[in-house]
Amino acid sequence: MSEDTGASPIHASSDHHGHELTEADEARYPVPDPGHPEHLPRLADVDPKAADRATRQVAFFFGMVPLLAIGFAVVYFAVPGDWFFDFGPLRANARNLGLGLTFGFSLLFIGIGAVQWARMLMSDEEMVDLRHGATSKPEDQKWMLTELDKVVDESKLTRRKVIGRSLLGALAFVFVPMLVGLADLGPWPTKKKRAATIEKTLWAEGVRLVNDVTFEPIKPEDVEIGQLINGEPANLKDLEGTEFITQKAKAAIVVVRMDPNTIKIPASRSDWHVGGILCYSKICTHVGCPISLWEQQTHHLLCPCHQSTFDLGNSGVVVFGPAARSLPQLPITIDGEGYLVARSDFTVPVGPSFFERDSRHDFEEGDN
Amino acid sequence: MLLLLFALFVLSVLYNTLAPVQRVSADNGNSQHVAEGKALFAVGCASCHGLNGEGQTTDTIQGPSLIGVGPAAVDFQVSTGRMPMARPGDQAPVKPNRYSEEEIAALAAYVGSLGPGPAIPTEADYSPENLTDEDLARGGELFRTNCSACHNFEGAGGALPNGKYAPSLEGLSGKRLYEAMVTGPQQMPVFSDEVLRPEDKRAIIGYLTELHNRPSDGGLALGGLGPVSEGLWGWIIGLGSLVGFAIWIAAKGAKAK
Repeated sequence: MSEDTGASPIHASSDHHGHELTEADEARYPVPDPGHPEHLPRLADVDPKAADRATRQVAFFFGMVPLLAIGFAVVYFAVPGDWFFDFGPLRANARNLGLGLTFGFSLLFIGIGAVQWARMLMSDEEMVDLRHGATSKPEDQKWMLTELDKVVDESKLTRRKVIGRSLLGALAFVFVPMLVGLADLGPWPTKKKRAATIEKTLWAEGVRLVNDVTFEPIKPEDVEIGQLINGEPANLKDLEGTEFITQKAKAAIVVVRMDPNTIKIPASRSDWHVGGILCYSKICTHVGCPISLWEQQTHHLLCPCHQSTFDLGNSGVVVFGPAARSLPQLPITIDGEGYLVARSDFTVPVGPSFFERDSRHDFEEGDN
Repeated sequence: MLLLLFALFVLSVLYNTLAPVQRVSADNGNSQHVAEGKALFAVGCASCHGLNGEGQTTDTIQGPSLIGVGPAAVDFQVSTGRMPMARPGDQAPVKPNRYSEEEIAALAAYVGSLGPGPAIPTEADYSPENLTDEDLARGGELFRTNCSACHNFEGAGGALPNGKYAPSLEGLSGKRLYEAMVTGPQQMPVFSDEVLRPEDKRAIIGYLTELHNRPSDGGLALGGLGPVSEGLWGWIIGLGSLVGFAIWIAAKGAKAK
């Protein structure tokens, strides 16, 4: 660095009021400012050949851009849409690949050229540009206030106050339509509304358990030990559109059969299963992902989103992961024709937590 | 008297020609096969599954009971080299199979004789021929509902707890897919024919065959693993090259001194 350019250390320059700091400020700057490193000229600064070489490089990158742009136009018109570029694992539409490569490289080359230009040829002298305080000068502030007073006076707002007041009213009420529009976000979650929507599913006494997708009802003798069935309520089939999706998302179940001698069935749930066939909600109690990753030997059901793991051989208690509540179990039995049916709706709301949820009735490890 | 004899004779002839043939016999013609299988079983399987396939759950070397798993389970496990396992563990990895087809058939016949279980599927059960586009779409829906939780939406496989994994389904024959669904090997649940019907299974096999045979036109598929492999590429190749550029921009070039 040359002796005259900015050799002064920062603490001797100025504070935010513009005053010179004369004495060393030990408390704020305990380590002395080493200053800038010595400025060394670049090769291109002293060797005209090197400078020419750098110029040629920059010009090459900039010069390639028109060629690539023309290439883009050629690819656009000349390459048919059904040509494919096939090379090992890479298989791509030749036109898309060509368009992407030509346009991508033209942008990249502008950038590379500009960076090379700045690195090799533009001035690289270090310099210090000091910042000033953000407050305006007192005379400027005074001038601004007088101007403002003048404008207010000229607008007649001080004499004809009704204009100002009605304008305030207008601005306040113009937001009412926007606020009213927020009602579209959903119903107000009153206790009654929650009980009829988020805390209720299609399951009810006598509703048959059916296979998802095929809607085939399930007979207990067809379910083997170790079997998993992704199910839905039979009455889902009558619904359509949004209602179908909404109800399907809440009512989805997994039906599993385990050897009743190898699992824990609490006394309060002794009549919730049919010969070791148990039915649980398919919706994770953490944030509501559908779960059907069931290990038939460990009886663990794993949620793929955040690895919450529920033990279906133990009333669905959480054995791992961020879920805080057991997986709700659906009480089931068989109907007159021998098909699996629900005995009631879920006894607790399914799915993830919500603010108003009453979580006192969830099954916990150790309950009976 | 003669008339009575004649009537009895006619009746017996009629009965023998018209009545359904019911062969009541414990030997259905493959007892020789079963005996061979039992001998092979004693050598290769009995140390874990017990001498009569009853299973061992108390010893240090454990194996589940094979009563009722059926010939399909044997064909699946032994043909893919999963069984006999090299060492006990949760996961039975695929390895080269040392048994001949006849030996596997004998083992399957023996295990099938222990108790009723799913039979080895026939070509007609799993062949994805003659499936309509509607069947393939339904197969896709069934696959995503029942299988994708473990095997990934492209059938590329996925991780399970404690180091276990669901294997990739790519390149598997329809027979293996069918056998796996109907028997539920290792941690996989069973999808019995009464619940997930044979035509549903065939639709799933057809969907997977179609999915894996269709060329991917979207450039590098990166194994179809979703965020895992895409993230790896994004972080290593994408961010790596950005870091490289940043270093190049900030690097001081050659100095003249």
